[in-house]
Amino acid sequence: MEQLQTHVVQTRRDILRMVHAVNSGHPGGSLGCTEFFTALYGEIMDYSTDFNMDGIGEDLFFLSNGHISPVYYSTLARFGFFPVEELKTFRKINSRLQGHPTTHEGLPGIRVATGSLGQGLSVAIGAAIAKKLNNDDKLVYTLQGDGELNEGQIWEALMYAAAKNMDNIITTIDYNGRQIDGDTKDVMDLANLHDKLTAFGWLVLEEKEGNNLEKIIAVLKKAKTETGKGVPVAILLHTEMGNGVDFMMGTHAWHGKAPNDEQLEIALKQNPETDLKDY
Amino acid sequence: MIDVNYTEKKDTRSGFGDGLTELGRTNPNVVALCADLTGSLKMEVFEKENPDLFFQVGIAEANMMGISAGLTIGGKIPFAGTFANFATGRVYDQIRQSIAYSGKNVKICASHAGLTLGEDGATHQILEDIGLMKMLPGMTVINTCDYNQTKAATLAIAAHKGPVYLRFGRPAVPIFTPADQKFEIGKGIMMHEGKDVTIVATGHLVWEAMLAVNELEKEGITAELINIHTIKPLDEAIILNSVRKTGKLVSCEEHNKYGGLGESIAGLLTQNFPVKQGFVAVNDTFGESGTPSELMKKYGLSADSIVDKVKKIMY
Repeated sequence: MEQLQTHVVQTRRDILRMVHAVNSGHPGGSLGCTEFFTALYGEIMDYSTDFNMDGIGEDLFFLSNGHISPVYYSTLARFGFFPVEELKTFRKINSRLQGHPTTHEGLPGIRVATGSLGQGLSVAIGAAIAKKLNNDDKLVYTLQGDGELNEGQIWEALMYAAAKNMDNIITTIDYNGRQIDGDTKDVMDLANLHDKLTAFGWLVLEEKEGNNLEKIIAVLKKAKTETGKGVPVAILLHTEMGNGVDFMMGTHAWHGKAPNDEQLEIALKQNPETDLKDY
Repeated sequence: MIDVNYTEKKDTRSGFGDGLTELGRTNPNVVALCADLTGSLKMEVFEKENPDLFFQVGIAEANMMGISAGLTIGGKIPFAGTFANFATGRVYDQIRQSIAYSGKNVKICASHAGLTLGEDGATHQILEDIGLMKMLPGMTVINTCDYNQTKAATLAIAAHKGPVYLRFGRPAVPIFTPADQKFEIGKGIMMHEGKDVTIVATGHLVWEAMLAVNELEKEGITAELINIHTIKPLDEAIILNSVRKTGKLVSCEEHNKYGGLGESIAGLLTQNFPVKQGFVAVNDTFGESGTPSELMKKYGLSADSIVDKVKKIMY
């Protein structure tokens, strides 16, 4: 657990330094999901870093809200998919680390392009069906933003997964209550999301401490035990946008804004370099 | 004269359905999806014979495109079928991001394309789909002319790696290409040699062009006719070789004049061998309800319109 906590801090530093270096990108949601990504790749999923697209015999992960690419890239690099050094190319010309994740430049660990919202769950369902057809008992994980649930396609996918008894998929919703224009309740109120998902036929787990590594691992493990029962599983993960950097928390302001030099210094001070070392 | 005797009329969508049935029996990786139009797409036999490989997604085309993209991860070859309107315009961003940009081996199979869907009217008569699809990097765009060609194309695209848009239609039309044809993606077919003008036609307009060639011949004009089933990548050589001989070209398609085959040819000619070109295509308008033949006539896509267009650019 201590090693995973170290990962969390180092990933926060990566996120902050990556977006600062190009004065663009999405630190808020990335920081809010750092513990989730660390839990997923550090504890939960069974995968090979010797990447192949089909991923037969491996758990797969699809990031639907592709704008939180900094946390995705840092996690993939820190867990061995590609050299950590490459993080410094984020959002720069000729990089495999595009603003939003893509297969187009051949970055190991990425299985579909995302960024235009609402599409990842459908793709994950397709991959989960392929696993069933291949008699592959590994699981498919996804992450959606809560703001992303505004997109209609998500609800098509939610309906499909339940109607067709897709029980090898675990969907997590980054339930931070914020989107670009403000709080989700003001922009497009999700109302009782738990009830909505339940009414759509999903088993819904909820974790109030979505930035607590141990709690995240526990809820993901619980979700795993609920697979294979004819019902898709969703996790409402209450996260804090900008978690780990005090001035980025409690606001939607850091959704898509990079810190300046001074802000970076303060943020990094709150997350000192670990023995994993900066890239 | 081109032999325009035929023994049977059949819809091109049945060629797709029968091709898919054959794939279901021969290629274990082929899976099929449909958005509540299984009968219209002629996918019932595949569904009946391969219930575990057929996925009914309901009236949710965006989700169908995403699921198709995901199915390729694990080695499946998804054939996603619906009407052309819902297979392109409705789901453009899903195709763009999850399929084309992601380089997924998905076959988008679109029936009821163009005006000849008939009485349902303009809401369903997409005339912009070729343009939408050909603009996507890496997308192969195919528009077939009869039952046999559609069946052969369906088999061929399963063996092709990469995203494909396969466009076909609703009405029964004469079968005039051979049942045992070898379908080569990106390769045009010389239907008739001539020296006065080149006619390049795709889809249902190949038949109309055949009738037009015979009409023109009666009037002493010998037209060369090229059947182009693959709009992207375009068979540039067959077109350039022909216009070097004839010096004039008429393109024919059941599509808006903007964004279609004609525009691709115009781009080819201006860069290589500029000649005068006439467009037989829908003149930047929406369609309407009517029978297929009434619509073809009214919107200038019939054999008569091709004859008129040829004469217009010849004299």
